[in-house]
Amino acid sequence: MPQSLPEFIKQLAPIYPEFLVIGVALAILVLDLFTDRKYKAVLGWFGLAGVICSAVLTVQLMEGGLQGAFFGNTFLLDPFANYFKLVFYVSCGLGILVSLKYLEIEDINRGEYYALMLFATSGMMLMASAGDLISLYLGLELMALSVYVLAGFMRRDSRSNEAGIKYLLLGAFSSGIMLYGMSLLYGLAGTTNLNGILSFLKGADLGNPVLFLAMVMLMVSFGFKVAAAPFHMWVPDVYEGAPTSVTAFMSAGPKVAGFAVLLRVFLHALGPIHADTSMLFSLLAVLTMAVGNIMAISQTNIKRMLAYSSIAHAGYALVGLAAGGPDGAASVMLYVLIYAVMNMGAFGVVIMLRKAGVRGEEITDFAGLGKTNKTAAFLMLIFLFSLTGIPPMAGFMGKFYIFKSAVQAGLVWLAVAGVLFSAVSAYFYLRVIMQMYMYEPKQEFALVQSPALALALAVSVTAVIVIGIYPTAVLEFARASITGLL
Amino acid sequence: MLELIPNQLGFPLLSLLIFVPVAGGMLLLAVRDARAARWIALLFSLFEVALCIPLLTEFNRAVPHMQFGESVAWIKDWNIHYRIGVDGISVLFVALTALLTTISILVSWTAIQDRVREFMIAMLLLEAGMIGVFVALDLFLFYIFWEAMLIPMYLLIGIWGGPNRLYAAIKFFLYTLVGSVLMLVAILAVYFTAGGTFDVLALMNHQFGRTFQLWAFAAFFAAFAVKVPMFPFHTWLPDAHVEAPTAGSIILAGILIKMGAYGFLRFSLPLFPDAAIAWTPAIMVLSVVAVIYGAYMAFAQTDFKKLIAYSSVSHMGFVTLGIFALNSQGVEGGLLQMINHGISTGALFLAVGVIYERTHTRMIADYGGIAAKVPVYATFLMIITLSSIGLPGTNGFIGEFSILLGAFQYKAVYAVIASIGIILGAGYMLWLYQRVAFGTVTNPHNEHLQDMNLREVVAALPLVVLVFWIGLYPNAAFSIMHASTENLIRHVHAKSQALPAAAPVVGTVTGN
Repeated sequence: MPQSLPEFIKQLAPIYPEFLVIGVALAILVLDLFTDRKYKAVLGWFGLAGVICSAVLTVQLMEGGLQGAFFGNTFLLDPFANYFKLVFYVSCGLGILVSLKYLEIEDINRGEYYALMLFATSGMMLMASAGDLISLYLGLELMALSVYVLAGFMRRDSRSNEAGIKYLLLGAFSSGIMLYGMSLLYGLAGTTNLNGILSFLKGADLGNPVLFLAMVMLMVSFGFKVAAAPFHMWVPDVYEGAPTSVTAFMSAGPKVAGFAVLLRVFLHALGPIHADTSMLFSLLAVLTMAVGNIMAISQTNIKRMLAYSSIAHAGYALVGLAAGGPDGAASVMLYVLIYAVMNMGAFGVVIMLRKAGVRGEEITDFAGLGKTNKTAAFLMLIFLFSLTGIPPMAGFMGKFYIFKSAVQAGLVWLAVAGVLFSAVSAYFYLRVIMQMYMYEPKQEFALVQSPALALALAVSVTAVIVIGIYPTAVLEFARASITGLL
Repeated sequence: MLELIPNQLGFPLLSLLIFVPVAGGMLLLAVRDARAARWIALLFSLFEVALCIPLLTEFNRAVPHMQFGESVAWIKDWNIHYRIGVDGISVLFVALTALLTTISILVSWTAIQDRVREFMIAMLLLEAGMIGVFVALDLFLFYIFWEAMLIPMYLLIGIWGGPNRLYAAIKFFLYTLVGSVLMLVAILAVYFTAGGTFDVLALMNHQFGRTFQLWAFAAFFAAFAVKVPMFPFHTWLPDAHVEAPTAGSIILAGILIKMGAYGFLRFSLPLFPDAAIAWTPAIMVLSVVAVIYGAYMAFAQTDFKKLIAYSSVSHMGFVTLGIFALNSQGVEGGLLQMINHGISTGALFLAVGVIYERTHTRMIADYGGIAAKVPVYATFLMIITLSSIGLPGTNGFIGEFSILLGAFQYKAVYAVIASIGIILGAGYMLWLYQRVAFGTVTNPHNEHLQDMNLREVVAALPLVVLVFWIGLYPNAAFSIMHASTENLIRHVHAKSQALPAAAPVVGTVTGN
């Protein structure tokens, strides 16, 4: 029976937020043609407004209680997906805010930038909602292609070019591996649907080596996306070369999306073989924490240091995946939210140091910041202590939950490794604090200040402190969001 | 069976003690003027001292229970509560913290000229953290304060410290952090083993398995032994003490390193009594090694502060010796000696700070014969030196004597070796005093040395009073702690015997 148009539009309700984000992105591309170079920031604000509206839509969907699998079970609208979508809105919103002024300084203030960011965000949203390997892959590629371009956005800068092409090549390679793994899984289960795969596994021979191979391939490719060692090689170069605002966005959004997929695929669809995946996740976690934390020590460039730090943080989150179970999943979800906010904040301060003629990317550039700009230094202090995981900052609560679920799952050795590596991490985070507060300023320099950047920092620092002191609300939200998944 | 007696005062005394300094720190954020910052910090710290008056007068000495208790659900999903209270073990530390913080702010009045406001904020937040550690009765809450305190202390050493402050600050931070995070894992293990609670009082009644106890005790030991610091985990202390500003040294010696020993009393002993008894021989050996080694090292120092730092290692060896004797004389002596050490070493660092502010040298060789020039200062230093040695009539004597009694009951040989430490202590302290104060003035810079001014005398006076008060009337302190320490000892022995498979308990405890 042919549908009327209003009915058809009504059926699309579950995917309204995605449509809105994509629609705003397309509108930005069009508006870009009529916007003078001086006023490109308006497009950014427009994009931000779009993100906020999508957030409102998502919240309305949550409150409306619309849930389930749609469009031939390829698209899931459940609390889990909604949780991650909200995290993506936050990281995209903060990403836009920290970009506005920075793009002008780098002279790359073009409309496409914001459009690409929104496309990437819509890809991530699709990833979180994917109920099928195909829709998952579509979302992933939409996100990845947008971010490749963003990484190489400074097209006159050779480092940015290198970042873009390196990310593209390695990303394509990992996508290939992922597709191979997916095809093996399809060959076994006869379906690409995640729930279908789950019901297949419940009755299947779990010792099948092909199943193991498929699982390992998926793990490798997702490991690449979340920057887990030993698939992390691209991270330092890409993070260093990409425009800092893109690095900030990349370290939060796509990484969190990667974890959303890891949780959905490995804890839900591949749940029956969690004993195997847990072992591999444990090894991956230890290696990732080791590489990230140890390599970060010797870095002199703040972006490279934060790149290794983001590898290390992926390692902590992997501990939660190894633990598994409702608490393991919820701990990862809480962690990625906290991580996204505090990391964005730290990058926000790094962006403040970038001025025409001054790169502001060396750790020594922070020397004396505690004297020349007290507010910026104090914010950085809070973000760095939060990244280290010192209470009463949010980073501690995130790590605490991760290690708590590890101990609960009997992985005490993994928790011990985790806390020891986070003690190692104190060394390189403190080095920046030392530069800021315990060295004399090398040169007088006024920092870049803009209302947008100030807003982004205010939002992140408030979140870091509030979640650090009273995590109950966010924690309950994360725990409530796994119902239906596990 | 310890209980949490709810606070009956009509105002949340302990919460005020924790959060008044935090409020002071917040207020200081809005203050630009250095002079105003000093006064505000002083007023807030004095208010803390005032709060300690009801704390001590309303404290019921007859019962071992946790008093002035407050309990509010904090993170429900993890069964975490904001649960605080004090008993005879912790109440004196709270008061000492308030007193030493005020004194530290006074001695920093002119010594700190750079970033005064930030310095005062760090001091007040540090005070809040330290009081929080002593009153927390929820393991999670305790850990939050324990770790959070690292931040202001790290900044105090790193920003306002001496020439080698960067090294000292990061060493301090990393040493303590590594120990603490291991304790965090143990806290989690305790939580799950005991069925999902962080409530310290409930955990005290939970019977943990012997193997579990041994591991958990080891992990807690990592945190506490670094903090005490016990030999061989002490190497951060001389660096941190020497480089820290005077106020930092006073707090570090007076309060911070007591937290390790406090942790043993509050958590390690009552939670893991079997492990404590099993580990006792090793800890006793480490304690006497610390006593002798610290004293021996103190002899070799040319730096005033470093000498005191090593003497702290020696004195804290006494404290752990007393605690792990696991009898009432030992534990009470250890507890009292912690307070004493806080008073006398705090005062010693104050003395160094006073003279350093005038001469800008900490080398002992740069002094000599200053007694004639600065009589008030020399008298103050003399009293403190004698207190540190443990001369009868001063507080140090009571504590050390009680510890030796306890150690003797455990095994005579430890008491004998520790007594040698007392003799060595008298040696290096008197020698120090002789080199600094007596003889003729050898350094021409000291010819016109100014004596202590009124502010410094006011800062020093409470400590001098306490030296004699506790020295002449030790019951003032003992009566406060007695009920709680007795209960602790009884609890440890009863609980360790309650375990059926109490395999060979090493080192039987005599006494009682």
